[in-house]
Amino acid sequence: MDTPLAVRARGIRQCFGDVVALDGVELTVPAGQVHGLVGPNGAGKTTLLGLLLGLAVADSGTLEILGTPVGRALAVPEGVAGFVDGPGLYPSLTARQNLAALASLRGAPALGIDDVLEQVGLTDVADDRTRGFSLGMRQRLGLAAALLTKPRLLILDEPSNGLDPAGKHHVYGVLTRLAAEGTAVILSSHRMDDVEALCSEVTILSTGRVAFSGPLAELAGENDELGYRIVTSDPRAARTVAGGTAGVRIVDEHDVLVIAATVPVLDVLVKRLVQADIAVRELAPVVSPLEAAFLALTEPTDLEISR
Amino acid sequence: MTAIVAETPVVTEVSVARGYRFELVKLLSQWRVRLLVVACWLAPAVFVAVVSRQASLPVDTLFGRWMHATGWAGPLVLLGFSGSWALPLLTSLVAGDVFASEDRLGTWRHLLVAVRSPRRIFVAKALASLTVILLLVVGLVVSSAISGIAVVGNRPLIGLDGHVLSASDAAGKVVLAWACALAPTLALAAIGLLGSVALGRSPMGLLLPALVALAMQIVQMLPVPVAVRLALPGYGFISWNGLFTGPAQLKPMLIGVVVSLAWAVAATALAYHLFVRRDFTNPAHDGSGRRAIVVGALPLAILFGITTLVVAPATGATGSGIEQDKVQRALATEFAHLYRLQTTQLNRPGVTEQQLQTSAACTKGGDQVAARGPGNDWRCVVSWHVPGVAAAGSAIYQLDINPVGRYVADGDGPKEVNGYFLVRTPAGDEPNPLWQFDGSVELLPSTP
Ligand SMILES: Nc1ncnc2c1ncn2[C@@H]1O[C@H](COP(=O)(O)OP(=O)(O)OP(=O)(O)O)[C@@H](O)[C@H]1O
Ligand SMILES: [Mg+2]
Repeated sequence: MDTPLAVRARGIRQCFGDVVALDGVELTVPAGQVHGLVGPNGAGKTTLLGLLLGLAVADSGTLEILGTPVGRALAVPEGVAGFVDGPGLYPSLTARQNLAALASLRGAPALGIDDVLEQVGLTDVADDRTRGFSLGMRQRLGLAAALLTKPRLLILDEPSNGLDPAGKHHVYGVLTRLAAEGTAVILSSHRMDDVEALCSEVTILSTGRVAFSGPLAELAGENDELGYRIVTSDPRAARTVAGGTAGVRIVDEHDVLVIAATVPVLDVLVKRLVQADIAVRELAPVVSPLEAAFLALTEPTDLEISR
Repeated sequence: MTAIVAETPVVTEVSVARGYRFELVKLLSQWRVRLLVVACWLAPAVFVAVVSRQASLPVDTLFGRWMHATGWAGPLVLLGFSGSWALPLLTSLVAGDVFASEDRLGTWRHLLVAVRSPRRIFVAKALASLTVILLLVVGLVVSSAISGIAVVGNRPLIGLDGHVLSASDAAGKVVLAWACALAPTLALAAIGLLGSVALGRSPMGLLLPALVALAMQIVQMLPVPVAVRLALPGYGFISWNGLFTGPAQLKPMLIGVVVSLAWAVAATALAYHLFVRRDFTNPAHDGSGRRAIVVGALPLAILFGITTLVVAPATGATGSGIEQDKVQRALATEFAHLYRLQTTQLNRPGVTEQQLQTSAACTKGGDQVAARGPGNDWRCVVSWHVPGVAAAGSAIYQLDINPVGRYVADGDGPKEVNGYFLVRTPAGDEPNPLWQFDGSVELLPSTP
């Protein structure tokens, strides 16, 4: 109730000619939340993030950013930063010059530059021209440029693209700290592990519609059938037990038993295995709940639960 | 949940001044632009220094034959070259690229989010490219003038009608001539902006000013009516010639400047019109397209048509503008001035133009052809009187008049008057001013 909203979008619709890129999209992101935006290629993620950055206005629907209604393009309030489709950098300038030019463009003192470069781990290459920067370095510099504006809403389109583990570490650290300080972060990603590690809530878009929006925990609904790998001391006996348990679907039974079941059914199965004197050595979901939900929600006809 | 936000966020506007500085930083960080700046500030100095020391001078270029005589010829020779090559190329490389470079780098969205106003982005970019172009042009003038003065000297210059301009007069006219050439340069720069906006990433955008300049140059070399010639912005690269006659041919010069500035304003306005309507949400679309080209080109064609229609009756300009009596008058005047120069050179008693009573009788291509229009088949007989000598002197000249009214007169007479490139003076052999000289026929009926 008390948390101010960073983004409140209702019934957003955006068309490009015949293509309906966004169709009745609702999005609510409170301050201090890291919100993930996932969906297949062409789902409308970049389009939605572009609206939040103020690059365009929706054809219909209402959008409030940081409490201010946004009615026309390039009119989002101060405090929104980020990038879509890759950061904008000038290759003839060094990393530091890129940031300094941006700072002076905004009339801000170029004080925090060293600090933000440090935060994204680019101190060593601060005085190199960005012409030679790798994708990951460009992403990090783009993030640094956004940080320079001390944003209260940070928009990042696939920020983990091209990041090495160290880069990811830096970026994760920055985003987590920002969120703790009350900045809302909305990021799109194709990497489910990133989203699971970073985001407390996700929105799944599929062909312009919201297929799911809410906490990650809600995604792994108790009654959704998920795939599990079960390694036991006696695979053959285990298979028989599984076959005899109502609600269990056997997907694969060669070396490792792979079944599809809901959480309550799984509980029953494990109890039965133990009762039948079969040791359960390993039990793990085949795909993460987010990935499963993603696949289930975005490609319902082609649900694939296998190794 | 309801939105409760304590502070009301305000949109701070990025001023044009800051945007301008941002654009300048970007432009000047490109090695290509830096190279141009260095080249424009150094190359002319080297060129003038080297050529002024050579035995053979670039006589094909206006004022080239005077490069040994005064340092002020250097900047004018350079201006002659620059009008056809350097200035179109410079504007191409600077103005032709300011918008297209953001397309190439994919930085439009970034820039828009930072500046939040396509209008201010346009103004900042236009001003920044204008600044760089001015920096380059000033470099050309300063570098060539300093080098000329240092190597040859701050000496009087012989004008296009043979009269002597004092060194300080020459300096002022050199600056004025370059200022005149700035107008068509601005027109080309604006066409560069337009190309950069309308053609996006396509290399045609970058080349547009150079191509337009080339096309206009070709038109200037064709025997088109005077009104058409004056209605094209490229004429501004030629009309400064009129500054170096006495009286100066101000009318064509002013028309050249006004037409060029009209093109500069029109092309900039069109570029602005196209730019602020551009859709930046799609990175694959760079705003180019048939519509953009039509919107860009059609109004300029209309502008050209209107100027032609206005210039023709307003100036009374007809045909090629090159007519027998104008040629005769120009040649006689120039001959008289140069004759006095030769008199001084030879240490003979001084004469005045009035005393000489010079006249010229010109025909073109024999008697069958009417004596008008450009061509290298003009033949003139110049007659003059020397005080105290009963018989009139006479000398023959072959004139090659080009379509813009500039001519080269080639002497064909007694060796001691105009038949040989050297004259014997008490101080030794010196270049003969009457042997070959450049001149200019005013294309418009009369100078006010
Ligand atoms: N400017 C545009 N003009 C026309 N169509 C567009 C434009 N921008 C996006 N689209 C279309 O809108 C749809 C959504 O595109 P969007 O870029 O938002 O998808 P995305 O979720 O970001 O995809 P990806 O995962 O590939 O980045 C696509 O069908 C795309 O073709
Ligand atoms: Mg995208």
